[in-house]
Amino acid sequence: MIDFFRQPWPWYVAGPVIGLTVPMLLLVGNKVLGISSSLRHICAMCLPANVPFLKYNWKDSLWNIYFVIGLLLGGFIAGVLLQPVHAMPLSEATWQNLQALGISKQNGILPAEVYSWSHLLTWKHLIITVGGGFLVGFGTRYSGGCTSGHGIAGISMMQWPSLLATVLFFAGGILTANFILPLLLK
Amino acid sequence: MKSDAVSWFRMQEMFRFQGFQLFGIFMTGIATSALGIFIIKRFKIKTIDGDPVKFEKKEFNRGYVYGSLLFGVGWGLTGACPGPIYVQIGSGLSIAVVTLLSALAGTWVYSYLKPKLPH
Repeated sequence: MIDFFRQPWPWYVAGPVIGLTVPMLLLVGNKVLGISSSLRHICAMCLPANVPFLKYNWKDSLWNIYFVIGLLLGGFIAGVLLQPVHAMPLSEATWQNLQALGISKQNGILPAEVYSWSHLLTWKHLIITVGGGFLVGFGTRYSGGCTSGHGIAGISMMQWPSLLATVLFFAGGILTANFILPLLLK
Repeated sequence: MKSDAVSWFRMQEMFRFQGFQLFGIFMTGIATSALGIFIIKRFKIKTIDGDPVKFEKKEFNRGYVYGSLLFGVGWGLTGACPGPIYVQIGSGLSIAVVTLLSALAGTWVYSYLKPKLPH
C-alpha cells in the first residue's frame, strides 16, 4: 500500500482523482472548484483598502482557503514525507531544449538555475518570478478563473467562456515557454 | 505532486508538445468531472444538506480574452498556475513564496483597476 503512494502516479490515476474534486465540492454544498479565487479572498482578508471588488464577506468562502491549506499539506506529504522512490522520466527532447538554456538534468519540481533566492535579484529573474507571478494573479482574476476553475470545472460544466479561456491560457503559455522564456534565459 | 502536475519541467514538456502526462491528466480530469456532473444531473442528486445542486451559467465578457492571455504568459514564465504555487510552498520550496506574494499583488492591482479595465 505504502509503495503505491511512493510511486509516481500515471496520468490515468491523477486525472480522475483531480476530476473527482469538482462533483464532490458540488455535493458538499454547491461549491465550484476554483483555486485562483483564494488569492482574492486573501486580498479581501488582509488588505481590502475600500476597493469595491474586495469588499464582500470572505468568511462565506472560507472553504476555499481550507482547500488551499490542503494543497500546502498535500505538497508537504507528497514532497517531503513520501519522497518518490524514482522519478518519472521526462522527454529527452525537453531535456535537450532545457540544457540549451543552461538548465541541467535534475530531480525536483523547479529548476535551481532559474528559481532560487541567490538568482532572484537580477532583472531577468525578477521578470520571470515576480512578473510571472503578478500576471498569474492579475490574469486569473481578470479572466475569472484559472486552470482549475475554467479548465477543469468550467469545461466539464460546458461553460463555453471557460473553454475559450482555457484555449487562450494554453496559447499564452505555449508562446511564452517556446519564445519568451528562452529569450530571458539566454 | 504525485503525478508531476505541479512540476515546472513537466509544464515545459507540455508547452513544447513533447510529452503526454499533463495533457492526459487534464483530459481525464475533465472527463471524470463531466461524468460526475452528468450523474448529478441525471439522478438529481442533492447536496449533503439536501439542497439541489446549482449550475450557474457564465456570461461572456472581453475580460476572458485579455485576462486569459495575460495569465497564460504568467503560467509560461513561472511554470505554475495558482494550485502548484501552494503545492510548491508545501513541499518546502521557499522561493515559491515570492511567486505567491507576486500573484497576490497582481490580484490586488486587478481588483483596484477593475472599474477602469475593458470587460
